[in-house]
Amino acid sequence: MSNVSANSEYVSYLDHHGKYKGIMSWIMATDHKRIALLYMYSIMTFFIIGVVLGIMMKLEMLTPGETIMKAKMYNSVFTLHGILMIFMVVIPGLSAVFGNFFLPIHIGAKDVSFPKLNRFSWWIFVVGSIMAVLSQVLKDGPPDTGWTFYAPYSTTTSSNVIMATAAAFVLGFSSILTGLNFIVTIHQLRAPGMKFFNMPLFPWALYATAWIQLLATPVIGITLLMLIAERAFHIGFFDPALGGDPLLFQHLFWIYSHPAVYVMMLPAMGVITEIIPTFCQRQIYGYKAVAVSSLAIAGVGFLVWGHHMYTSGMSDTARWFFSLLTFIVAVPSAIKVFNWITTMYKGSIDVKPPFLYALAFIFLFIIGGTTGLLLGSVATNVQVHDTAFVVAHFHYIIFGGMGFAFFAAIHYWLPKMYGRMYDFKMANIGLVINFIGFNLLYFPQFVIGIQGMPRRYFDYPAKFQPAQLVSSIGGFILVTGLIIMIYTLVKGARKGAPAPANPWRGSTLEWQIPSPPSVENFDEEPVIKENPYDYK
Amino acid sequence: MFSKASNFVYGVDSAFLIITGISVFFLVVLTALMIYFVIKYNRKNGKPAQQIKDNMALEITWIAIPMIIVLYMFYIGWKGFIPMRVVPEDAIEITAEGSMWKFKFEYPGNKIADTLVVPIDRSILINLKSVDVLHGFSVPAFRIKEDMVPNKPNYSWFTAGELGDYDIYCTVYCGLNHSNMLGVIRVVTQQEYDKWLLTLHEKLKDSPQGMKILEKNGCIACHSLDGSKVVGPSFKGIYGSKRKVSTSGSEREITVDDAYITKSIVDPGADVVVGYPAGLMQPYKSLSESDLKLINEYLKGLK
Repeated sequence: MSNVSANSEYVSYLDHHGKYKGIMSWIMATDHKRIALLYMYSIMTFFIIGVVLGIMMKLEMLTPGETIMKAKMYNSVFTLHGILMIFMVVIPGLSAVFGNFFLPIHIGAKDVSFPKLNRFSWWIFVVGSIMAVLSQVLKDGPPDTGWTFYAPYSTTTSSNVIMATAAAFVLGFSSILTGLNFIVTIHQLRAPGMKFFNMPLFPWALYATAWIQLLATPVIGITLLMLIAERAFHIGFFDPALGGDPLLFQHLFWIYSHPAVYVMMLPAMGVITEIIPTFCQRQIYGYKAVAVSSLAIAGVGFLVWGHHMYTSGMSDTARWFFSLLTFIVAVPSAIKVFNWITTMYKGSIDVKPPFLYALAFIFLFIIGGTTGLLLGSVATNVQVHDTAFVVAHFHYIIFGGMGFAFFAAIHYWLPKMYGRMYDFKMANIGLVINFIGFNLLYFPQFVIGIQGMPRRYFDYPAKFQPAQLVSSIGGFILVTGLIIMIYTLVKGARKGAPAPANPWRGSTLEWQIPSPPSVENFDEEPVIKENPYDYK
Repeated sequence: MFSKASNFVYGVDSAFLIITGISVFFLVVLTALMIYFVIKYNRKNGKPAQQIKDNMALEITWIAIPMIIVLYMFYIGWKGFIPMRVVPEDAIEITAEGSMWKFKFEYPGNKIADTLVVPIDRSILINLKSVDVLHGFSVPAFRIKEDMVPNKPNYSWFTAGELGDYDIYCTVYCGLNHSNMLGVIRVVTQQEYDKWLLTLHEKLKDSPQGMKILEKNGCIACHSLDGSKVVGPSFKGIYGSKRKVSTSGSEREITVDDAYITKSIVDPGADVVVGYPAGLMQPYKSLSESDLKLINEYLKGLK
């Protein structure tokens, strides 16, 4: 699978199995690149399960009333879809896969600071994932609380909430340890000559992300423990019947879960910031603004959680405060969009699949972001909160944003990771189908959300059916596109033509080393440019 | 162009239109720019890329302008919202109570209704409360939505401006039949309202204690008191009757007595009445023995 290199000492990380053979050479691997692939294979598996659950919901929504399943099952399906997709796919997603693979290379390092801790983080991830799967099959039945576990329903339902929350608790540690590892790596292992402002912008995004992972994740850990204690020992934190306060749960939950959205989005923005300069052969416009806006988003993002709770009976002062900050956090995201588009100006644009995915990302992200303004504004929030509008907004941000950025990243970096190239034509066909399917699936949800269709409804009034039908058809189209995309990528990684070291004429360090990289990344000391996006 | 269904439609919809308008403008302009750049600066045209230096003034402009725009959006959103929290003093006060999975409305004079009937052009204050888990009180046509939180009073208010029936939805997920938790607001003239009020029954001042426990635990959402089949068997006449039940897959006939009722509450999956789905009801293990006794007493009397 490796390329023949002029350097006789070169051994691809894919061929170098170290002390162990076969599957153990992967499970016991400490190489950041092998760990990245381990995360990718596990995350893709959960993603496919999550998509199957999504399609089951779309089938159920084809007609009002019972279509293919009963209400109890539907409630469990959307709960599991949320838990899988949020905690096991999009939160680890970009930073665990592409962060692990490219962060050390981007800063000229041989590995992360703590390779064994990195391996341990993946093991924890696997244990947490197994627990999440167990919560589905154990005696009390799959959890039916929604991924938000709102109390007091979650403290009183008979379903298997303890196992599901314990799974999320364990998964949190994987996230905390990865964040810690990345922060230390960026501080300690930058190659000589690489200052913070000489780093590419993907490490910048990961740096901001890592701080959120490290500081916010413990809050959800504590919250879930409190929930478990309440269920197991009847300690009244959240249930008013036991003297608790249900709003306390919502506050604690969103103190983590809102910043978690930035754990998903910041690396996505980082990926796009890498792809656009490469395919335009132009240095990124406003390097410092883009770098600092990542930190600004991470910082202000900590203080906006209350916009999930405008109608919860929270005080009016709190609603005012959270709405104001929510609008302010929109600005650094807008800055990034302006800088991306300006980077295309007077470039030499090569329209290849990764770049097309980046364009699709920007389009979907603008829709997702601006519909977020309608949710952040208190008056309009009252109309669309807890409706299908939120579902649409969230999927535009997380799937259209983080998901399409993940697809962009895999199309961009696959030749580097596997040393082989995929078929461009097939990749473009997959992209177009994905884009059409995505918009058909989620756009109608905006419309019926404005008309009042609540979210998490097993049944719905007949007037919403035409939009539900379009949405379901979009779902099937999207799945077709995903199948084509995954087939193209897998075929490319296994049997594609050997890829050169720098197929896209990129300027960052990963393109200066062979494809796939050797075990220690840099067999010679890397040359650090003052400007990472120097295309001259 | 705005509906007159309630006094909040104008404030909410104008904020909606302005924010959506600005958003669509940016979406169209930015998308058009992207497409234009991709065509104009395509590599196929053979022109090399030009490196362009950052321009501080430009950077500051596109920080400042979005900042002004979002602060304006915040302002109109807040302006549209404030009136929702300021209730006129002459408002008619009605209490809406959410329980799994229905709304109930309590009118002055301790009267109870299933439909929220209100007079047109009068301010109506709705006190929101929940007896079990979180619920949402949402009337899309009126642009109002507030949550019903157990043990924590919340409220909403409106003045309806058009006659007719409007949907109420529960918007906070509340378990099995969340999507069946629907209600209706009927806006009528003042005369019709006054007439309708007279037809309302007064709530029993002291409902039996057993009944209170059933209400508190949301039992009657699934088990009716009037013989109608909802999710589970009706409570009416159940005590002392003979039922066919399925015990671990095999059918047998039992007589409903204290032991059977208690067991069905604590372990609902043990003996399921034939014709009803198993596994829907959760076990209620936290009920005390005296509570269970009171329930049995009450059901005995419910012929």
